[in-house]
Amino acid sequence: MNEKEIKEYKRKKREYYDTLQECNLQDIDFTTVSSEPVEPLYGPDDIEGLDYQEELGFPGSYPYTRGVYPSMYRGRFWTMRQFAGFGSAADTNRRYHYLLDHGQTGLSVAFDMPTIMGYDSDHERSLGEVGKCGVAIDSLQDMETMFKGIDQSMVTTSMTINAPAAILLSFYLCAGEKKGVPFEKMGGTIQNDILKEYIAQKSWIFPPEPSMRIITDILEFCSQHVPRWNTISISGYHIREAGSTAAQELAFTLADGFAYVEAGIEAGLDVDEFAPRLSFFFNSHLDFFEEIAKYRAARRIWARRMKEKYGATKKKSLLMRFHTQTAGCSLTAQQPENNIVRTAFQALSAVLGGTQSLHTNSMDETLALPSEKAVRIALRTQQLIAHETGVVNSADPLAGSYMVEAKTRELERQAEDYFERIEELGGVVKAIERGFFQKEISRAAYEYQKAVENGRKIVVGVNKFVMKDEKIDIPLLKVDADVEMKQRDDLEKLRSGRDNDKVARELEALGEAAAGSDNIIPAILECARCYCTEGEIITELKKVFGEYQEPIFL
Amino acid sequence: MGKMIRVLVAKPGLDGHDRGAKVVANALKDAGMEVIYTGLHQTPELIAEAAVQEDVDVVGLSILSGAHMTLFPRIMELLKEKGGGDIMVFGGGIIPAEDVEELEKFGVARVFGPGTDTNDIVSFLKEKLHG
Repeated sequence: MNEKEIKEYKRKKREYYDTLQECNLQDIDFTTVSSEPVEPLYGPDDIEGLDYQEELGFPGSYPYTRGVYPSMYRGRFWTMRQFAGFGSAADTNRRYHYLLDHGQTGLSVAFDMPTIMGYDSDHERSLGEVGKCGVAIDSLQDMETMFKGIDQSMVTTSMTINAPAAILLSFYLCAGEKKGVPFEKMGGTIQNDILKEYIAQKSWIFPPEPSMRIITDILEFCSQHVPRWNTISISGYHIREAGSTAAQELAFTLADGFAYVEAGIEAGLDVDEFAPRLSFFFNSHLDFFEEIAKYRAARRIWARRMKEKYGATKKKSLLMRFHTQTAGCSLTAQQPENNIVRTAFQALSAVLGGTQSLHTNSMDETLALPSEKAVRIALRTQQLIAHETGVVNSADPLAGSYMVEAKTRELERQAEDYFERIEELGGVVKAIERGFFQKEISRAAYEYQKAVENGRKIVVGVNKFVMKDEKIDIPLLKVDADVEMKQRDDLEKLRSGRDNDKVARELEALGEAAAGSDNIIPAILECARCYCTEGEIITELKKVFGEYQEPIFL
Repeated sequence: MGKMIRVLVAKPGLDGHDRGAKVVANALKDAGMEVIYTGLHQTPELIAEAAVQEDVDVVGLSILSGAHMTLFPRIMELLKEKGGGDIMVFGGGIIPAEDVEELEKFGVARVFGPGTDTNDIVSFLKEKLHG
């Protein structure tokens, strides 16, 4: 627009707002789910000075706002990857075959809490937890069972594992190795994002410093030996689930990402060696446009910083590839079938935002782990978006929308503000120690809860359109109660049947590697190969690294 | 007005989902109760001990890992053993309806599921403890 046109536009806009004043407007909340204000209308002045090449570019070119690949979904759809795991390795193996038979294209392992926290199934702290919210994996033997009949050179596998990620990755690689698949043919992801554990998900084992050392060891090892592996899935998902706003999810996740990059560089690695294997994991919440803007802003910030601040030169180092999961925290136990609809909207915004892979939640997840039928509907939701809605035909179809571009800019600005505050606090680890993230998130969570309770935010079926005396009549998955006993028996047999002298030697060697400065991954692989259990390996590492104690922040 | 209600909000088990526990702790505080929060990954022993030592009127347990059927009864037992048998226990988390029934049989006063209005928890505690 030229000056005259702008003047005319602004006059018309004032008129429009005057007219709006005279309209009868509903007395409801018009902010986003993150309580951010939204204008009643967006126009050219909201994207003033937008430089197409500078801010957007083409899909597959810098700054990647419009997507990381030129062809986007015309090249291939996102990977439909349902997170699953429960009971024993054999139970989970059956579910994986079921999902693969129904057209799922990648696997995603959910571990039980003892596995996540580094306890064997027969540990005292594991009582009642074995196989409950994921699969119980104690050693290479369980991993072999879980991937029985699955070609590890053909599927990619994502493992949601953090503090003990190096161990579970070793089990996975050894399971493949035993079937004759070389390390370099195996592809997948470990979450391995310990910073967000201290911030939000709270499944830590070691203190931050040794945790970061393990991570840089993984970065180094995989860049040399497992080149198809995504070494860290830098996760905003849990930050959002813990109650953060969209801007906080974006900012804290990217801040974590930059912290890993800095740690890698400090450890003497070349940024272009490891950065291409970093990937991201975001939440897809209910506020449709806010979410789409979030993904676009994330790509742009990452590319710019990687290039400008960290001097990355490989194109792949600049690409923010991400997985998305729909928001579990947005689902309701009331009228659970409504969750199918919520999930569909959320999945759609992830796709419009250019995700590389997607998990859609099942309707029954506020009640239990998903049943087969529920998980099938969730998977079908993705297939429906891919094949029936037509949204895959054009890359980044909402680019140029006044609102989406304005929101993308705004989220970028909010993230930059947070980066500054984190910097002032001395970086991510220092900010964690001071409880900065934890307090920001729990404050946002409490504010949201109050907004729901005072009726400012509506949750259908919970504080409006409530059904009195509702009976839930969807079938729930029951986890076999014998899993714990079976795992204990298996462990006993494993411990008596293996070469225990070798086990002791390898554990000792691991302890020495941990105490020194060599890469510890080869030592962990040796432990895995002779069937050391996860708990044994962790115990050895705890002797050297110690355990993390969280300061309590309400 | 009775005396101030003292609450221990605790996270037994291994899961780290503390959003609900913290929201409830804050809401009870805002409602004028004295709230002690244990932090994460607490053993049943530590929770029961803290409850007795802090002389609380009520313990709120939050768990989302699926281990409730083991851990809730264990905590109730330990409370009795340690002389805290009169301390009321309520809970919340991802707990299927049939387990809720079972837990209430064990003496858990009430299980509040997802979507609960914190005001309902406040009035429940006030009614139970102040009559």
